[in-house]
Amino acid sequence: MIEQLLYAIEVSLNGLMTGILYSLVALGFVLIFKASGVFNYAQGIMVLFAALTLVGLQSGQVPFAHLINAIFGTHIYNFGWNLPAVAAIALSAVVMVVLAMAVEKFILKFLINQEPVILFMATIGLAYFLEGFGELMWGGEIKAIDLPLPVGISDTVERVTYDHFGYGFFIDRLDVAAACVAAVLVLSLVLFFQYSKIGRALRAVADDHQAALSVGISLRYIWVVIWSIAGIVGLAAGIMWGAKSGVQFSLSLIALKALPVLMLGGFTSIPGAILGGIIIGVGEKLFDFFMNPVIGGATENWFAYVLALVFLVFRPQGLFGEKIIERV
Amino acid sequence: MGDVAGSERASMGESKPPLMELRGITLRFGGVLAISDVSFDIREGEIRAIIGPNGAGKSSMLNVISGFYHPQEGNILFRGEVRPFMRPHRVAALGIARTFQNIALFKRMTTLDNIMTGRMTLMKSSFAAQALWWGSAEREESAHREKAEEIIDFLGIQAIRKVPVGTLPYGLQKRVELGRALAAEPRLLLLDEPMAGMNVEEKEDMSRFILDVNDEFGTTIALIEHDMGVVMDISDRIVVMDYGKKIGDGKPGEIRKNQDVIDAYLGVPH
Repeated sequence: MIEQLLYAIEVSLNGLMTGILYSLVALGFVLIFKASGVFNYAQGIMVLFAALTLVGLQSGQVPFAHLINAIFGTHIYNFGWNLPAVAAIALSAVVMVVLAMAVEKFILKFLINQEPVILFMATIGLAYFLEGFGELMWGGEIKAIDLPLPVGISDTVERVTYDHFGYGFFIDRLDVAAACVAAVLVLSLVLFFQYSKIGRALRAVADDHQAALSVGISLRYIWVVIWSIAGIVGLAAGIMWGAKSGVQFSLSLIALKALPVLMLGGFTSIPGAILGGIIIGVGEKLFDFFMNPVIGGATENWFAYVLALVFLVFRPQGLFGEKIIERV
Repeated sequence: MGDVAGSERASMGESKPPLMELRGITLRFGGVLAISDVSFDIREGEIRAIIGPNGAGKSSMLNVISGFYHPQEGNILFRGEVRPFMRPHRVAALGIARTFQNIALFKRMTTLDNIMTGRMTLMKSSFAAQALWWGSAEREESAHREKAEEIIDFLGIQAIRKVPVGTLPYGLQKRVELGRALAAEPRLLLLDEPMAGMNVEEKEDMSRFILDVNDEFGTTIALIEHDMGVVMDISDRIVVMDYGKKIGDGKPGEIRKNQDVIDAYLGVPH
């Protein structure tokens, strides 16, 4: 019995860690939604693109190698260097900022004061473009992230828990690292939004474009800032997911899991994204643990969506989302 | 309401230099001529009204001044210098604040936050310091907070400081919007129909605020308004527009007697 309970706790802990990874992806959505009222369909691809860029830069891959070789008949594939991890991460962050500027310059700039659904459709276009662009730039094969991240089962945790409970917990060290990264990111973002001048400007832009302009806020600047932050958060998510399951195009599909997370947490709340991710992560693992013997496996595939559906019916704004006030 | 204010005002703003001059402004939307070769000035410290029938181009003119529209022809001079092409947020940084015909507030923010946002152009601390809430940033924030509270007191809206403005009644929203514009401590305050849709009592309050702002802070004000009684009472000088052209310009007494203006409002057989 006690064995069962301890096993359940271990399962929840693993779920907690997965949930935090969901949260990291959801966070990118929340940021852009908060600042521009746009659901950025391309966020999942941005996670993938960031991870691809990181691996490519670090291993000295030549961008657009296939294209260049096809046109000029050359055979260059690699610069032959290996960047240190910190430099590669910093450079990738710069690339995400450049991407943010490009998105503003070529898409958002032309859509000021348009309906949210139009901006949403623009992000769908962006998603498909970025998917093709990423593949053209770095190639479509599965890559491994080579960062000095802690990986594997933590022996310490296993030993300590074994000594105390007579049952060794299996905790992946990578998951713990991801949790720490997420915690730091969230804390700094919340403080930034709440207390900085630019945070207030972001909230103002989210509310009314015209009014924001009239008090001296540059929409275009704010958009570049927010897409950059979302890109860098995406980079963090890409590193963690990439280290877990390899950098491949299916990575962008985890963005789908961010959707129920957002419905749970509310589209506009940073803490909501985190809590939503944790609830879904723990919930799906525990549900699987308890229900597997009864209804068979593979509940993880649908549990999150059913939970989100329940929320849509009873609390459409999510746990922390703002109540939608509409005066008639 | 202010007969007294009206007669007092007649002598103001006579010899002051123009704060803003509009020269030969022409604005087209595709083939539609919204403003056609209109020139007038706004003098330092005066209350300048822009009036005219619906569709005369008044709001377009205000949008030109605040940088939301860019005229195809003509010059805008601010404090004696030609203002180059400027986007609205740059115009705001010059010290030109405005309100909108159909209230543009940050509906999900509180009254206090809306008014604080109005001080955006006056905030100086770096983002990093702001984010970390250190030293000068903290002092700056409380200084701005103090100013915001002064404006809240001035407008008598203490009771709704912490209320999200989206839930407030219309008249109060208009007042908060005025507060947000005032928070910028503007040189030039543009009001687009500040009294539209208000009852008599609310109009009297709003007129009083506008006059007080002008008297106490010396703020130059340009406003669009349809209520002729109010316009004649509070403004120093009036520009009259019709079909995108200027048809009259002068003190309230002169405008009242101007035959073109009377024709525009009452209609004449052509």
